[in-house]
Amino acid sequence: MYAQQVESTGSQPKSLNKMNPKERAFQERIDRGERIEPKDWMPEGYRKTLVRQMGQHAHSEIVGQLPEGNWIGRAPTLERKAILLAKVQDEAGHGLYLYSAAETLGKSRDDMTKELLSGRAKYSSIFNYPTLNWADMGAVGWLVDGAAIMNQVPLQRTSYGPYARAMVRICKEESFHQRQGFDIMMKMSFGSKEQKAMAQDSLNRFWYPSLMMFGPSDSESVHSAQSMAWKIKINFNDELRQKFVNQTAPQAKYLGLKIPDENLKWNKKTEQYDFSEPDWKEFFEVISGNGPCNIERLAARNKAWDDGEWFREGLMANASKQSKAMNAKD
Amino acid sequence: MNDPRFHLALRMGDNSLILAQQNSKWCGHAPTLEEDIALANVSLDLMGHAQMWLGLAANIEAKGRTADELAFLRDTQEFRNALLCERPNIDFATTLVRQYLFDAWHLEQLGLLCAGSDISVVEIAQKAFVEVRYHRQRSSSLVIKLGDGSAESHTRIQNALESLWPYFGSLFENSDNDYILFKAGISELPASLRTRVVEQLSADCGQSTLTLPDSLFYHKGAVQGHHTENLGYILAEMQYLQRTYPSSNW
Amino acid sequence: MSIESPLWEVFIRGQHGTAHRHVGSLHASDAETAMNNARDVYTRRNEGLSIWVVPSNQIIASSPSQKGSMFDPSQGKIYRHPSFYDIPKVVKKI
Ligand SMILES: [Fe+2]
Ligand SMILES: [Fe+2]
Ligand SMILES: [Fe+2]
Repeated sequence: MYAQQVESTGSQPKSLNKMNPKERAFQERIDRGERIEPKDWMPEGYRKTLVRQMGQHAHSEIVGQLPEGNWIGRAPTLERKAILLAKVQDEAGHGLYLYSAAETLGKSRDDMTKELLSGRAKYSSIFNYPTLNWADMGAVGWLVDGAAIMNQVPLQRTSYGPYARAMVRICKEESFHQRQGFDIMMKMSFGSKEQKAMAQDSLNRFWYPSLMMFGPSDSESVHSAQSMAWKIKINFNDELRQKFVNQTAPQAKYLGLKIPDENLKWNKKTEQYDFSEPDWKEFFEVISGNGPCNIERLAARNKAWDDGEWFREGLMANASKQSKAMNAKD
Repeated sequence: MNDPRFHLALRMGDNSLILAQQNSKWCGHAPTLEEDIALANVSLDLMGHAQMWLGLAANIEAKGRTADELAFLRDTQEFRNALLCERPNIDFATTLVRQYLFDAWHLEQLGLLCAGSDISVVEIAQKAFVEVRYHRQRSSSLVIKLGDGSAESHTRIQNALESLWPYFGSLFENSDNDYILFKAGISELPASLRTRVVEQLSADCGQSTLTLPDSLFYHKGAVQGHHTENLGYILAEMQYLQRTYPSSNW
Repeated sequence: MSIESPLWEVFIRGQHGTAHRHVGSLHASDAETAMNNARDVYTRRNEGLSIWVVPSNQIIASSPSQKGSMFDPSQGKIYRHPSFYDIPKVVKKI
């Protein structure tokens, strides 16, 4: 998902009777559905995993501004331009809320930013794919935000209070993102021949990368088992991927578009869609830096940070002048 | 088009549209997340104003053109925005000072339009005024702080002021239409705002160790559609889809 | 290397006369900028009529280890809740 590669402690979750009393009390609170708050005692692994996960999630939101930001200048009507700008602006807000949530665990936003800029921290693979035509603004909202929402809705119940509250706010704001995307898809799919071709082309390019957003199958993963015990992960990746396909296939049909998968069909027995797995080799390449746009995305974030340094420093310099002047008065 | 209000609406709409288009390119690239979000808010407000003013222009013209057609299907020489708005996004200092100079003019201009005699103009001006009051407060607060911040921030803001100054005057250029509007009591002559706006700017600069340029010289011609080279590129990008796929539904 | 701007907590009072509620945090160099940023970040959907910003390091939080001594005593005082009292049904408006 937005945090596709969160490594947890690397071992199976301990059973309650192998835990020390503190760990056990902590786990029991989580099992009862209580929220963990910043100053509460927590196992080091819980803290580390959460910081990593919220960091990846936040990075994904702000790197995620770039592929859509690419089209703000070219949006075809005044209204579409305003909608797209408002949407991409929301993503900046989501990044901000999530960085703030991570800061409650003592990691500063600047530190997290530096990890992103140096390439040490990960972000979602999806944002390393290019946006090549206007229908991509439709497909991203429809598929990418659609997939994100699927993951974020359950995270509103995650065990860490600040994270859960950030997700509540984010989910509220997300609700228009997917709809505006589908709205663009409708206009394109039911529009001129050229528009329909753009819509189909866009679905062809974004289908498998969207499936990859849920991450590789993790029903065997020890990382996922621990994260689920801690309720910082709620569902298995395959579970959400299946749900996403079930939901999206009829929508594509409504649009008159063909999902680029010969194996996609309704299975009466399982009452689910059968579908092909994405190319996981490609996924691992993209997530480790070899996607079509990794270089541009990181370069853009680095440039914004470097070019903005004088601005941040200037404001801090002014603030310290102000407080010196105040102290001199007293 | 004989109705002088058409030209007023076009000029107001084009200013907001071109500045919003330029500012919106910062989304995802601003110096802080907070600033990224704030600047997008300003752009969204300006886009809203552009929609209203161009909508009014289209109504007055009554030839079946829409606000979108005015925005996306006119060429550079038909645009009436001031040269300031089309200055490129060289760096964030230029962007901020461009906004700052514009806001000072904009608030004053909207205030006068609110007191005018034409109800359709007054309605739009009143809506915009409330938003622009905040724009003015925000941009002046940042310019004053950065002017008196670090040595580098001071230099950057000062340089931006100087490099934009000859284009700033374009906001105050009188056209033939302006005299007609003035006689009809719909708006003041653009040039008549200059003294008041400059007074406010120098008061800000006084708080901030900045020196406001005092030259009265500025590049003329925007009121007749004589722009800088950059506007062609702005429109090339902005109008690309409407030009490539004419009469499509988006 | 630059120093990071301080963190602020943002509280907003919404439409319906309710009290200010914590909505999140942000970074800003000073109080005026914090207030502007709060307006831009946290009231994009008409959420607020009044904003408070507070430097995060000025908030004194109760510590979880005192949770028992801070909050348990009030659990015993059930007589503070109206449901503690049985009033006969024939008595109205009380
Ligand atoms: Fe988001
Ligand atoms: Fe979104
Ligand atoms: Fe997103």
